[in-house]
Amino acid sequence: MDVERTPLPGIGLRHVFVTHRGRRLGVVSHRDGRRDLVVYRRDDPDSAAETLVLTPEEANGLAELLGAARIVERLAELHRQVEGLVSEQIPITAGSPYDGRSLGDTRTRARTGASVVAVVRDREVIASPRPDFVFHAGDVVVAVGTAEGTAAVATILTDG
Amino acid sequence: MHGSLLLVELGAVLLGLGLLGAVSVRFSISPIPLYLLAGLAFGQGGILPLGASDEFISAGAEIGVILLLFTLGLEYTAGELVGTLRTSAVPGLVDLVLNAAPGVAVALLLGWGPIAAVALGGITYVTSSGITAKVLGDLGWLGNRETPAVLSLLVFEDLTMAMYLPILTALLAGAGLLAGSVTLAISAATIGVILLVALRFGWAVERFVASPSDEVVLLKVLGLTVLVAGVAQHLQVSAAVGAFLVGIALSGPLAHTARELLSPLRDLFAAVFFVFFGLHTNPADLPPVFGIAALLAVAGIATKLATGWVAAARLGSAVTGRLRAGAALLPRGEFNIVIAGLAVTAGINPRLGPLAAAYVLILAVAGPLLARAAEPLARRLRRPPRSPAPAGPAAPS
Repeated sequence: MDVERTPLPGIGLRHVFVTHRGRRLGVVSHRDGRRDLVVYRRDDPDSAAETLVLTPEEANGLAELLGAARIVERLAELHRQVEGLVSEQIPITAGSPYDGRSLGDTRTRARTGASVVAVVRDREVIASPRPDFVFHAGDVVVAVGTAEGTAAVATILTDG
Repeated sequence: MHGSLLLVELGAVLLGLGLLGAVSVRFSISPIPLYLLAGLAFGQGGILPLGASDEFISAGAEIGVILLLFTLGLEYTAGELVGTLRTSAVPGLVDLVLNAAPGVAVALLLGWGPIAAVALGGITYVTSSGITAKVLGDLGWLGNRETPAVLSLLVFEDLTMAMYLPILTALLAGAGLLAGSVTLAISAATIGVILLVALRFGWAVERFVASPSDEVVLLKVLGLTVLVAGVAQHLQVSAAVGAFLVGIALSGPLAHTARELLSPLRDLFAAVFFVFFGLHTNPADLPPVFGIAALLAVAGIATKLATGWVAAARLGSAVTGRLRAGAALLPRGEFNIVIAGLAVTAGINPRLGPLAAAYVLILAVAGPLLARAAEPLARRLRRPPRSPAPAGPAAPS
């Protein structure tokens, strides 16, 4: 996604991008926190078809709707994508043998066939953790694979 | 007795302006032409001449100019100004040459002399950034492709004004070539120093002004602005330019606070300024110059449309965008009256004031109206009426 950034002297900034379906969408950021959401005309990409004026609170609310909710949605999507594929969220407890050890040490992929696709730490999602990623107690590991595979990952992470 | 008459007159004037402002909001037009008309009605030769409040209004008018320019400077950061100079020099110069030309030509043809030509060139040149910004917001044009070009031109014009006003002030003061160039050098140096301070030491200015109390910020900012304006006036640089530069030196959150605090004051005193200008224009002088003003207005519309066309084309806009850019630039307003006010005070030509008033009256009203017509006109241009375009299928997106 290419975002075109243009300064608007005396007003603020404008960001514009073209959606996958070919519509131009822009945000005009005013210095006082006001945001204009601009949808461009289908037949004339130079011209705004609709300009929605958002107060700072409304803009924040919209950003939250678009941002935070997307992560939950993406996890739910994984379930639906492939028949027979399961995603499981496995907490790393304080007594886990892998508390303080790396993802590579678990060798889950080789042992179970399931993959660790993300780790949720302090409400932040770390997507595609690398093998040298070190687990801490409190992390939630998201594993994707067959039902048996993900169950095996859960066993490894809790009991070794 | 005198005191009570002053209060009654002043109260009546402000109340009247408030009512006119309500009319302008109702019909979403700029209040500037209405304020001018009010001034014309109450001034010398008007239907109800004011006497007692003249002194107050004239002092208020001076503060009005200072605050107009100060809040204008607040709109821009020093970085934006420098950046604009770099990117918009070509359309900026096209704007200057095309739009000053009609004014200069008319003044010379009428035999008003070179100084009046410089003044009238300035009057026909400048777009009202206040009205234009409002038009862009009202019509939802801020997101359009050509809008950065329009805004850059406004910035360029305001910067040009920072150079032009000191030159005009020097010329009007009857300074010779030598004294004129000394003034110009002083003003260029002052502008340079203030831009440097704003770019490098903006934090120092901000630390000086900043305070948790709005009251303190208001008094410090207002005091600093009027003080610098006074010093600039004393150096023959023009008070307005001094105030503009103070506005530029303030940026960041402080500029935001200052704008919020000073906007009401600006609205009050700017209205007083427009009334003051109207007061000192005799309505009987308007009809003789109206023909010339209308001619200049038509020329001004044509040259601004051409300017917008050129500037928007550089950003890759199509016909619609180019027309819109020109149409957005049409309104004339506060600066034109500021220039005319300087020329009238210097007593340059008795017909210059009425001419400027008529010119601004026409374009401050016609500009926003024509802007509304720009899009339908462009659609007409793109699809000739003899081949009506089929209504596009409403494909989901």
